[in-house]
Amino acid sequence: MPSKSLIKKIDFEKYGSLIAFVVIFIISSFASPYFLQLQNILNILRQVSYTGIIALGMTFVIIGGGIDLSVGSMTALVGGISILSLNSAMNFFGYGYWNEIMAIIVAVIVSIALGAAAGALNGVAITKGRIAPFIVTLGTMAIYRSLALYIGKAGVFRSNSYMYPELGMGYFLGVPIPVWVFFGMAVLFHIILNWTRYGRYICAIGSNQKVARYSAIKVNFVRFISYVMVGVTVGVSAVFLTSRLNSISSTNGGSGYELDAIAAVIIGGTPMTGGSGTIFGTVIGAIILGMINNMLNMLGVSPYLQGTVKGIVIIGAVLIQRKRSQ
Amino acid sequence: MDNNIILKTKGIAKEFSGVRVLNNINIEIKSGEIFGIIGENGAGKSTFVKILTGIYTPTEGRIYFNGKEIQLETPLDARKAGIIMIPQEFNLINDLNVYENIFLGNEKKRRVFLNRNEMIRRTEELLAGLKVNIPATARIDKLSVAQKQMVEIAKALAFDSKLLILDEPTTVLTRREIDILFGIMRQLKSRGVTMIYISHKLSEVKEICDRVMVLRDGEMITIEDTDNIDEKEMARSMIGRELSQIFPEKVVPKENTVLQVENLSSVDGFIKDVSFDLKEGEILGFAGLVGAGRTELAETLIGIRKKKHGKIIIKGKEYNIKNPADALKRGIAYLSEDRQGIGILTNFDIPSNITLPSLKHYLRGILINKRKEHEKTAQYIKRFDIKAASLKSKLEYLSGGNQQKVSLAKSLDTGPEIFIIDEPTRGIDVNAKREIYFFINELVQTGISCIVISSEMEEIIGLCNRVVVMREGKITGILEGEHINEEEIMFHATGLKGVA
Ligand SMILES: Nc1ncnc2c1ncn2[C@@H]1O[C@H](COP(=O)(O)OP(=O)(O)OP(=O)(O)O)[C@@H](O)[C@H]1O
Ligand SMILES: [Mg+2]
Repeated sequence: MPSKSLIKKIDFEKYGSLIAFVVIFIISSFASPYFLQLQNILNILRQVSYTGIIALGMTFVIIGGGIDLSVGSMTALVGGISILSLNSAMNFFGYGYWNEIMAIIVAVIVSIALGAAAGALNGVAITKGRIAPFIVTLGTMAIYRSLALYIGKAGVFRSNSYMYPELGMGYFLGVPIPVWVFFGMAVLFHIILNWTRYGRYICAIGSNQKVARYSAIKVNFVRFISYVMVGVTVGVSAVFLTSRLNSISSTNGGSGYELDAIAAVIIGGTPMTGGSGTIFGTVIGAIILGMINNMLNMLGVSPYLQGTVKGIVIIGAVLIQRKRSQ
Repeated sequence: MDNNIILKTKGIAKEFSGVRVLNNINIEIKSGEIFGIIGENGAGKSTFVKILTGIYTPTEGRIYFNGKEIQLETPLDARKAGIIMIPQEFNLINDLNVYENIFLGNEKKRRVFLNRNEMIRRTEELLAGLKVNIPATARIDKLSVAQKQMVEIAKALAFDSKLLILDEPTTVLTRREIDILFGIMRQLKSRGVTMIYISHKLSEVKEICDRVMVLRDGEMITIEDTDNIDEKEMARSMIGRELSQIFPEKVVPKENTVLQVENLSSVDGFIKDVSFDLKEGEILGFAGLVGAGRTELAETLIGIRKKKHGKIIIKGKEYNIKNPADALKRGIAYLSEDRQGIGILTNFDIPSNITLPSLKHYLRGILINKRKEHEKTAQYIKRFDIKAASLKSKLEYLSGGNQQKVSLAKSLDTGPEIFIIDEPTRGIDVNAKREIYFFINELVQTGISCIVISSEMEEIIGLCNRVVVMREGKITGILEGEHINEEEIMFHATGLKGVA
């Protein structure tokens, strides 16, 4: 039985998500002739980059044994306020090419800083307040959304800038800018996870907090930082999302992002119990989600059913994970 | 087949990803017999009994139980056949309490509802039989390691077993608990229960077992009546050569004090008014019964437990140590007795475990220098003769004793000046024990001072310059010179002597 032993030899833990990726890729290219067109592939990548960037931060949180449900609402709040600050910065700096660039830089900084602050709030409540991450972020999910609604009067935050969309719509060397940033940040986060003390520590904490504490690791601080990190990724993602539309809706901006980000991490092979995981897996997981959406669109499947398929893929991924751990 | 044979194995072998760790094991165990298995760390003892309990399936071979061949696909199959095991590594759920753990998967019911009172009553009965004072409703994570071990024993006894397998049940127990356990084993034996007993404490094996099998590198070397083999011979066939003197010559410590503890008490009340000092290059032993507060004292010293009052003075300077990181900064390293709970990360490989507390010494800029990590690990593997498939093996695939060696390397790698070792040779074979004793001796000669907490009397007597005896959180005596003997230690530990 050479084939059976070959299957046994494949390390599913490492390559499970990659295999799923290849399979879906092949199916999609047969299902539709358009799938393989460069423009379509770039589109998929652009679409997944928003939640993909957040999934990078989420990987750290989940490896550390936590979860962040608030990222979707946080995206709306952070995006909304960054648009408000863009508009007032434009008023402040006045008109002109460089003035507008200055204003955009301010908006970007505000977005990232605000994301970090919102993440820090989660982190403090979880580590200092000793409340379960699920509960804290469920709470802030409601809080951040309601603040966004209140500030935006339940409407849409619109930017007055003509240049801002360049950021989300623009290309560099033929590839959309958000995709560059997604891959760039993936490389950075991969290095942090595998080659720095911080990465080692967050894995140790997710694996066994007690061992980590006895090993002189500042458990609370390391966990806190992981929530700040996911906040930063929300800030970055919010910039691209708002600049693409030059606006963001306070009611449904970023809604469902928590699901996509968490799903990408899980499909990528990071166990919900934490302790290990890879950034590479998360990137693949995000792209798998994007490809599935794309394929369903091209096949004309009702958008209402896409959630069903997504759900099945998530559950399937966890099922495979459990199989291999036995 | 002989009716009297309850368990027979034929050509049992086991491979893990192509590596053979057990080869051609043929045994016949008589009904009502206590059958010992000994062998060096990684010899394959646990692997063999895991096969008998359906945790692993053998690569080759057959198992006959009560005269019939049986297939053990899962632990449940073994349990149904009446084969019950007390595993080497605890298998208790921390978030549940004692009785819930004992009846896990074996719940007592009244119609569809759990019969809580019945389970509590049975648990209390079992614990009383073991003469341990643990409430049936205590949460597992609040228990000490020895208490967890007793719960693990009680859990096995809750089943009506025909074959009871005990994989190193006494590594953290003191003589008192061991005597109780042996008493129960003899009772079971008189009721016709057959037992397999694995231990590195050869004197115990001689005391309790009828026959003993020696494993070396997965091979069955011999099976002997324990009446016909003494500890020396056991050790010899285990390691394949003569075992030389176990304990090194004691070294006289220097005059100066490195650690002075004055009237230390912990907030939780486990430690009461403890005062002692540690000289440079000294090996200071801590003896006492289970629950005497020795581990709790160590945890108070490194800031895990909050200190109520008292002083910790290191080299003449008083420090307020609030957490293990502070302790490490002051040069205090602690090796816990709770290996899987506190010591190691089972899903990390060997280098990442060893360098976890000392990672800052392995940086190049902000990045980890993995080559340096691996080189250092290779040195430790050689020094302690750690047996593993490769450097990158995850700890869960190492045998218990080899995990212990990794823990030791991990604490040492922090470069401590004061090294607190809680059960240094827990689950370690005789030969490796000897190496660790000589190693501790080498350490103190380089000026490191050691506190050794141990439940093994010979270890305390053979290794330490002075011995602190504790009882119920207090020090009842500090013994020196010829006063370091079994009798004096027991007197102080039980409260017959000294201020209790
Ligand atoms: N699941 C596993 N995967 C790979 N190798 C394993 C696994 N379990 C055990 N081994 C290897 O098999 C060998 C025997 O291990 P085993 O646990 O049976 O030793 P042991 O005799 O019980 O040792 P100890 O006295 O240290 O408990 C060891 O070399 C160990 O590394
Ligand atoms: Mg073992």
